[in-house]
Amino acid sequence: MTTTKRGFAHTLWDFFCSLKLSISLLIGLATTSIIGTVIPQGSPPPEYLQTISQNKLQLYDKLGFFDMYHSWWFILLLYLLTVNLVACSIKRLPRVWKIIAEPTLVMDDGFEKSLSLTHEYKMPGDAATLRDKIAAFLKQEFAEPVTTESGGEYHLFAQKNPYCRLGVYVVHLSIIIIFIGALIGSFFGYKGFVNIVEGTSVSTAYTRTEKPIDLGFAVRCEKFSVSFYDTGAPKEFKSILTVLENGKPVPGYEKIPVIVNDPLSYKGITFYQSSYGPAGDGAVHHLSVRAKNGGAPVKLIARQGESVNLPGGGTMHVLESTQEVKSFIPEFSGPAAKIEVHAPNGQTQSFIVFRNYPDLDAQRGGDLIFNYDGADEKYYTGLQVAKDPGVWVVWLGCTLMVVGIMMAFFMSHKRLWIRVAAGRVTLGGTASKNPAGFQLVFDDLADKLKKM
Amino acid sequence: MSSSMLFNVTTLSYMVSMLIFFAFLATKNKNIGLAGSLAALFGFVVQTAAILLRWKESYDLGHGHAPLSNLYESVVFFSWTIILIYGLIELKYKYRVIGAFVVPFALLGMAWAQLGLNSGIEPLVPALQSNWLLYHVITCFLGYAAFAVACGISIMYLVKEKQEQSSGDAPAGGVFAMFPSVRILDDLNYRAIMIGFPLLTLGIVTGAAWANYAWGTYWSWDPKETWSLIVWFVYAAFLHARITRGWVGRRAAILSIIGFAATIFCYLGVNLFLSGLHSYGK
Repeated sequence: MTTTKRGFAHTLWDFFCSLKLSISLLIGLATTSIIGTVIPQGSPPPEYLQTISQNKLQLYDKLGFFDMYHSWWFILLLYLLTVNLVACSIKRLPRVWKIIAEPTLVMDDGFEKSLSLTHEYKMPGDAATLRDKIAAFLKQEFAEPVTTESGGEYHLFAQKNPYCRLGVYVVHLSIIIIFIGALIGSFFGYKGFVNIVEGTSVSTAYTRTEKPIDLGFAVRCEKFSVSFYDTGAPKEFKSILTVLENGKPVPGYEKIPVIVNDPLSYKGITFYQSSYGPAGDGAVHHLSVRAKNGGAPVKLIARQGESVNLPGGGTMHVLESTQEVKSFIPEFSGPAAKIEVHAPNGQTQSFIVFRNYPDLDAQRGGDLIFNYDGADEKYYTGLQVAKDPGVWVVWLGCTLMVVGIMMAFFMSHKRLWIRVAAGRVTLGGTASKNPAGFQLVFDDLADKLKKM
Repeated sequence: MSSSMLFNVTTLSYMVSMLIFFAFLATKNKNIGLAGSLAALFGFVVQTAAILLRWKESYDLGHGHAPLSNLYESVVFFSWTIILIYGLIELKYKYRVIGAFVVPFALLGMAWAQLGLNSGIEPLVPALQSNWLLYHVITCFLGYAAFAVACGISIMYLVKEKQEQSSGDAPAGGVFAMFPSVRILDDLNYRAIMIGFPLLTLGIVTGAAWANYAWGTYWSWDPKETWSLIVWFVYAAFLHARITRGWVGRRAAILSIIGFAATIFCYLGVNLFLSGLHSYGK
């Protein structure tokens, strides 16, 4: 009974220690990850649902394809990878550690045969003198040696970069640390958003599932502005924010400009410029109108959609407006409004007026000439709100990963053994990586030693 | 003199370099091989000047940003990095013939950029106004370029292996006589990926750092992010396969080609076919 149990545990252990499992998991993760880049994640857009059948929809939903990176099977693959790399490390680390901590100090005949690089020469002098000379030579040219005496011969051992053998395990550890950081973030952090209308403040953010989060303080949006390049492409989205504690501005956190790529952090909570839009209460438009055949212009104030009486009868209202017309009509720039005019005779006309082109409307040939003087419009700023206490753990993991990869790829554990007997010196060497490169180093050292 | 003129000279130089390399394959004349490398080097120097000039032109226009902001600029930079990595590998390992399989990638990039893409210098949209752009794009593209070189070497490996199998033990003749042995090609493939993998890792890490700084999430499973991770998985599998019996040589070459196909999809396919946070790369 116990033997079968041990047999099973043993098989399981071997399974998790196997490199084949690592390769399969990596390729499996790579392949399945494609699904989530093709199928829209989160709540799929309605137009997408029209392209797939009801059966398919149910199947995808069951398989978690609409949130596949958090589905049980994807998480399971990640856990399997974690167990796999922990098991592989536990299995191999003691052996590697032994090479580092208890190096083979003595090169005997059998060991010498296992080395690909060896060299032997005759040297005059007694063993002790040679030993001292060679020890000094190694210290200068390679690394400080450890000397062992055995059987009337001296054995010198010197090594470089032994710890680079741990590089692989540093990378494995870094992946686990990144996972831990991600878990800390998901348990103790949150992602949410706030919309703040200019001049108002909020103290509650909402998650993607509309769950409210109390910030513990309030944030006021003093002003939001957006500027554009000549091409009509957006140049800068800027919110001026003030942090309020108990209704009072916090010193040092007053009127802080927040733009994309430059967020505001307070008490571990960070606000990122994300979106904007007109506040619901509508813009107040300023227009002036004058008769075609002369006369003083009359100022009009029109709320969005509200009908305004015109001089000489008739009414007008603003249909829609924009702060920057360039994105709709590339030939023009600046604020513009589309207005609809109802003449006294019942005729209806709609057209666009531009603030930056005051005389343009005269060319329309209507009885009344309209000028657009812009609008007072309140905006809201949309801010991402994030708190992630795990992020530093993730950066620690990322740093370790880069360091580990550098150790594993670009450093090599080089070892040299020298056996000194009276009149005879034997040199042996090996490196954990780049044997061709080490051969050059080895030949060079052997050459210098001979000339010593 | 404008940068776009210099880019045309670059494209022409890479074309000449490629043709000379093909002549090198056919003639096995060492001087012709040297001429191929020199043509590529000339193109590289001109391209470096052109990129710097375009950077300056961007300042003259009042935009003032590094030429790494749209598809045209990235394709040009990609082809520059390919020649850079190829040049480093040629300097170190002295296998000139690899140029015949790598320079075409750079030429393809330049030709596409010059003929098919909008080369206007546009101002930076708010999302890209950050120094992270430079670190992120440079590390990613150096990584991609190393994978391109590895892919070229892997194609050579498969061609050479096939030729060796069909001709039996007879010494390799014709075009293939110039190729390094399959053992060396396998090793070079590994070395190119050893350059690319740390750079891709840095590219992903700088991208995550930037995303965290700009959006508050270091990872959001955006298609671009996911595909970069897919590429990372494939090459991680490649690296683990190296120390597994039976996965060197042919299988490693195929894995390297698959890795580069995934890289290209990550770079171009995601922008052209999928939607996401990197849509300004269009």
